[in-house]
Amino acid sequence: MTLVKTKIGRRAFIRNTGLASGGLVIGFSWLASCKMTPEQVNNLPKEWFDLNGFLKVGDNGMVTIMSPNPEIGQNVKTSMPMIVAEELDIAWKDVIVEQAPLNTDIFTRQLAGGSQSIRQGWESLRMAGATAKQMLKEAAAQAWNVSADEITTKDGVLTHEASGKSAGYGEMASAATSIEVPEEVQLKDNGTFSIIGTDKKNVDGPKIVTGKPLFGLDVYKEGMLTAMIVHPPAFGMKYKGMNADEVKSMPGIKDVFHFEVYPEGIEKQWSDQGGIAELVAIVGNSTWECMQAKKALEVDWEQDSTAESTAYHEEELAALLEKPTETPARKDGDVDAAFATAAKIVESTYSAPYLAHNTMEPMNFFAHVTPEKAELLGPIQTPEFTEKTVAARLGMPVEKIDIMMTRMGGGFGRRLYGPFVIEASVISQKVNAPVKLVYSREDDMTQGTYRPSYKVKFKAGLDDKGNLIAWHVRGAGTNDDLIFENRFPAGAVDNYLAEKHSLQTNVTTGAWRAPRSNFIAGAEQAFIDEVAEAAGKDPLDFRLELFDRAINNPVGDPESNDYDPARYAGVLKLVKEKANWGTDTGKARGVAAYYCHNSYVAQVIELEDGGDIPRVDNIWCAVDCGIVINPLAAKNQIEGGMIDGIGHSTYSAMTFKDGKPEQSNFDTYRLIRNSEAPKNIEVHFVDNGIDPTGLGEPSLPPAIAALSNALYKATGRRYYKQPFINDKPPLVG
Amino acid sequence: MATYTLNINGTKQEVDVDPSTPMLWVLRDHLNLVGTKYGCGIAQCGACTIHLNGTATRACMLTVSSVGDQEITTIEGLSEEGDHPVQKAWLEVDVPQCGYCQAGQIMTASAFLEKNPNPTDEEIEMAMNGNICRCGTYTRIKKAVKLAAKS
Repeated sequence: MTLVKTKIGRRAFIRNTGLASGGLVIGFSWLASCKMTPEQVNNLPKEWFDLNGFLKVGDNGMVTIMSPNPEIGQNVKTSMPMIVAEELDIAWKDVIVEQAPLNTDIFTRQLAGGSQSIRQGWESLRMAGATAKQMLKEAAAQAWNVSADEITTKDGVLTHEASGKSAGYGEMASAATSIEVPEEVQLKDNGTFSIIGTDKKNVDGPKIVTGKPLFGLDVYKEGMLTAMIVHPPAFGMKYKGMNADEVKSMPGIKDVFHFEVYPEGIEKQWSDQGGIAELVAIVGNSTWECMQAKKALEVDWEQDSTAESTAYHEEELAALLEKPTETPARKDGDVDAAFATAAKIVESTYSAPYLAHNTMEPMNFFAHVTPEKAELLGPIQTPEFTEKTVAARLGMPVEKIDIMMTRMGGGFGRRLYGPFVIEASVISQKVNAPVKLVYSREDDMTQGTYRPSYKVKFKAGLDDKGNLIAWHVRGAGTNDDLIFENRFPAGAVDNYLAEKHSLQTNVTTGAWRAPRSNFIAGAEQAFIDEVAEAAGKDPLDFRLELFDRAINNPVGDPESNDYDPARYAGVLKLVKEKANWGTDTGKARGVAAYYCHNSYVAQVIELEDGGDIPRVDNIWCAVDCGIVINPLAAKNQIEGGMIDGIGHSTYSAMTFKDGKPEQSNFDTYRLIRNSEAPKNIEVHFVDNGIDPTGLGEPSLPPAIAALSNALYKATGRRYYKQPFINDKPPLVG
Repeated sequence: MATYTLNINGTKQEVDVDPSTPMLWVLRDHLNLVGTKYGCGIAQCGACTIHLNGTATRACMLTVSSVGDQEITTIEGLSEEGDHPVQKAWLEVDVPQCGYCQAGQIMTASAFLEKNPNPTDEEIEMAMNGNICRCGTYTRIKKAVKLAAKS
């Protein structure tokens, strides 16, 4: 067992004195009112005892576990409580899960992003369960007059074998609240888990399939008004005027006004990126009435900065690819000298467009701002940061801002950025009423915060034996410089040069599932295939050869390389075995591997025959993300990530004409659909007992290259420009 | 504004709304039936799928004035205890990620299976093509529809 000090989130383990006497703790989640299983309803305890901020034990042994982080579909609302339950030693059927509100006193990093919820919550979640278990043991030890060390626990039962005494957690819960919080607790050894590593179904599943209110848009409160926004039709415009009076007299409309989201002097957090500086708000009784008013409203906007078009972005990015940087991001050896001696040189340029996040649930938030407090409720990935800006914008102390999180209808990075929370708060304050702000799909898709558009140029040199001797990458993105200079193949090639450029534009951008990796992986892993082909080597073996180099004789300081080449090679070997790579199946196949968000993923994609873009028939995927908490849900994430990567690289694009987005809804912005999704997916996890790492993002990036490498085999043509559906050969003859 | 008496989930419900109001917003804003989701408003994503006389229909493009006394079923009315074979299959396969589109997926699948109880894979895909899942749960959706068809 591992003995750890209860240091992380220490305040979580100090009981609220008001509750320490064993009084009833009221469930503070609005979702608690949702339906529980009939068995749970019948067995509800009469009293709950709060053992720490993460959990409370009922007098009948049922346990409520708070899920601290926002749920965006990555399934942390199930997997985080599983970790607590594991160390608590409670049977999963006796657990009720509640979404915790934002509480920085108790929880650390209540954020959904960077695939870090489990990785960064791992220790504190285990500690929460272990601490409560220890207190229950101490309580039993006192009651039975024995040593706590002699007491064992299993499925919510405390047992002292020597005396034959045993009791359920519920019987000791009241006494446990008087036990001093231990300074140290024992954690279980990896490999001795009974809940972690088992398939557990989504705790919200029954509510999801019966349409219960779970999401931000489902919030309806007494006296609540609906608000919608009107934003400029193009980037780079500012407000001039409008016909507000005519619209105010429309049925059900309460107010129409222009406002600045971030007036000068407001301190912004990083989560305030994106968004639009000034907007028009329409407030009314119902959504449809607001939508009608939106149609009738005529707002004058004037151009304030350059009206940028997609052609402009592409030309500027292409120009940057021809321009050396003053200081390279990384330089090993001398690429120019190596290229001069190379037997073969391969050179290619890859590009991808802007993408919108397009969460199925558009941006929305509920706000009720009064002079006394601001009550906020809705879908946000970064409540802690957003809270600070809300306080600054409303001119209220942060203690008066309460943020509660709903389940989110998708995130993908979009809800890291909370200008819509600020907007809802400002609107509620102005109209002095509870308000739910609702973005229309068109508002959502055309307001920015996009995945940047990118271009990258690779050049590789091979010696006469087909060894990679030089690698030069130069990348550029809109508001983003794209290159991770210390990722593969850095460290695996003697002469290496990485350069990066960023093109400043007024089309706003933000993190989009697996930021940067979502493009650079597809490009790099497609280019590696080209290089392997030029070297006359099998593309999978060629990669393994490079990892061997990085393992045995790394270039530069191995600490400077972001990745562990042995784990990288490990997933490739696993996928090689599972897919029977190297056997001729008569179908086009491609392979790719990538490392991001602390996890390693390798994939083999096999295509059906025929079609412009042949459909994916089979995927074999190998993942090293350390310990897998919930394999059933983990596979869901991996499957979804690959479909996301395949879908966007094949079909999706945001383009602009004079600053105006050319796509505004799903009739013009194409997303992958059921009949275009892969037919079969196999996911295999590396079982290595290492602490868990990221899962929500890492399967997306390599899927793009595994697909394009397979497309090359199917069509004989390399795919350089996303979306692939538009990357057609020029018509000849 | 006009008054309409609607037949929803087997119950008569009266609403006083503008005749142009889509059923999506009648259900959500006026009848507290929020399982029917807003996704696009132009019948492209399927999140708002309901049954109109048993046929899968997009509630975002169905005006309240066109409904009359036709039978409307929403996700809340698909089964009393959440135990419709399609709902059970969805839980068994653990389909949802974010879950937002799933009510619409289930309404499309349940109407489809009524008409075609033994579908081929291709028929399932074509039937489900109008419902977007941004999380990419398509392979599980197909598996769940097949499982429901068996039961």
